[in-house]
Amino acid sequence: MTTRQMLRRTGYVAFMAVVLAFFAVPMLWLASAPFDSDPGIGLRWPDWTLANWETTFNHPYALGSLVNSIVLCVVATAVTTVLATLAAYALSRVRIPGRDALLYVLLLLSSVVTGTAAMVPIFVMMFQLGLINSQYATGLVIAGGMLPAAIFILKDFVDSVPRSYEESARVFGASPTQVLLHVVLPVARPGIATILVWAFVQAWGNFLLPFLLLRDVSQQPAAVLLRTLKDEGGSANLTVIPVFSLLYAVPVVALYLFVSKRYGFRFHGGIKA
Amino acid sequence: MAGIELTGLSTVYPNGVRAVDDLDLSITDGEFFALLGPSGCGKTTLLRTIAGLEQSSSGTVLIDGADVTRLEAGRRQVAMVFQDYALFPHMTVAENIAYPLRVRRATKQARQEAAVRTSGGLGLGTLLERRPAQLSGGQQQRVALARAIAMEAEVLLLDEPLSNLDARLRLEARTFLKRLQRELGMTTVFVTHDQAEALALADRIAVMSEGRIRQVGSPKEVFQRPRDTFVANFIGSTPMNLLSAIVREGHLEVAGTRLPLPPGVQLTDDTAVTVGIRPEYLRVDGGGEGITGTVSIVENLGVTSLVTLECPDGALVGLTVPEQDEPAVGTTLTAAPEPGRLLLYDGETGVLLGS
Repeated sequence: MTTRQMLRRTGYVAFMAVVLAFFAVPMLWLASAPFDSDPGIGLRWPDWTLANWETTFNHPYALGSLVNSIVLCVVATAVTTVLATLAAYALSRVRIPGRDALLYVLLLLSSVVTGTAAMVPIFVMMFQLGLINSQYATGLVIAGGMLPAAIFILKDFVDSVPRSYEESARVFGASPTQVLLHVVLPVARPGIATILVWAFVQAWGNFLLPFLLLRDVSQQPAAVLLRTLKDEGGSANLTVIPVFSLLYAVPVVALYLFVSKRYGFRFHGGIKA
Repeated sequence: MAGIELTGLSTVYPNGVRAVDDLDLSITDGEFFALLGPSGCGKTTLLRTIAGLEQSSSGTVLIDGADVTRLEAGRRQVAMVFQDYALFPHMTVAENIAYPLRVRRATKQARQEAAVRTSGGLGLGTLLERRPAQLSGGQQQRVALARAIAMEAEVLLLDEPLSNLDARLRLEARTFLKRLQRELGMTTVFVTHDQAEALALADRIAVMSEGRIRQVGSPKEVFQRPRDTFVANFIGSTPMNLLSAIVREGHLEVAGTRLPLPPGVQLTDDTAVTVGIRPEYLRVDGGGEGITGTVSIVENLGVTSLVTLECPDGALVGLTVPEQDEPAVGTTLTAAPEPGRLLLYDGETGVLLGS
């Protein structure tokens, strides 16, 4: 190995180490700070204690907000997945004029008119409907924002399910419901699993809509509450935040691992890609 | 078991294409019937109309004497095997085979029994727990057949049953299919664009083009006496010679020579006709009146060779000769049609004369 090669290799490894550290340090903080008797912003070997956990569990809103987050996400994810699946199937199989244009316009509008742009009208509408401080209503609004993209992605999955599968089932006497339950849903399952996880993660991290529509602290999800975790002096409450952050990360990781193991984010063999 | 009766059947697609056009056809009970034609001739649409997957625009479909024209697919007692087999990838072989029973909400035990019973006869007994992706093409086809049989329908429809298999397997599957059909005695209709497949498998063949039937008959009839030049051209591994000719003084003037008119055909002088003669029915050794030309190309077909003669007027005539009699290129040959094998078609309409 020449000196030049060695230098190049050393430079490469050093560069990668810096990049990795950039991503790894926050993770290490998340792993160590919750167990440190005096957690700070910096990274250090913890002085082991579980006192932070006790404080967090005794916090009036911390655990409640995680439950709120789960309720909100389950509503938003369920509505998105079920409606997107049905809509994607219909749009994939029924020939209507301007179908693709409709899909593209929906997708375009939903990415241009984001929550931020539609913030005021959404708030006014929900206020007039008397749905402020309703978790279910907020879940519906979040689902509405995710539906176009979900339909768009799922339609691609459903398009790749050969029509002959459904026709075959029909010839054997299956009703439309049976065709859907026995053939289309199982074959499109990896796509549905993908949408499910995507929708859950989107809703879990959504700050703006719950912040606007859930004014009552006891109703707020974790993403919103995190902002208000401050001590009496008004600076960040570093006893609660590390533990809370760790708890906040757990459901998403768990869901990803579960779905990946159970359904796999890929296609079944047998379908020609 | 049941026959199929199609009367005045038309299937028109929303874009106005008449895929099946005012078609009458009768398929008898237990028959192995082929729908043959080039791609786009409407044969698959016809099959799908019988299955109920396409709605006919007019006409009626009778199965076992009952009018099923407006009946949904799945209520017609018709089973179908698709070109891509359409095996459900998320189900095992056993689940696939027993699927028709699952639709009818049969018990788990009944389904398992049906899967075991049906798969045994098709040599799939050891594969029941596999998934379709783990099977070879031939095995997949047999699973698709087993599933269709498990439905216990009156009629079996096969869409291009051999087209997804490689050449070697296709021959095996052909023999297998024919034996299976004999054993089941089920009325079976299959679609193919391969004339050799239709001739080998079917009891009767319907040759289709542009949504209409050009000829219905046994493989022998269709091969020996094609009713028009379209069928003549389509059937046969080596294409039939179709030569334009003119009637003069009770003889045919064709390819620069004179041939006697076939017996029983009365034509006035100067009538334009098309002479049809299969390469297999031309003999070199016979002497007598024949078509003379120079050997321009010799193609080896295995047991026989296809010789192309170039006639004085430029027409090309093909004939097959046994391998040991292969002529050298450039020699002059006279080929005479076997008695009764020469067919005459109307010069304009292309319809067989004297039939």
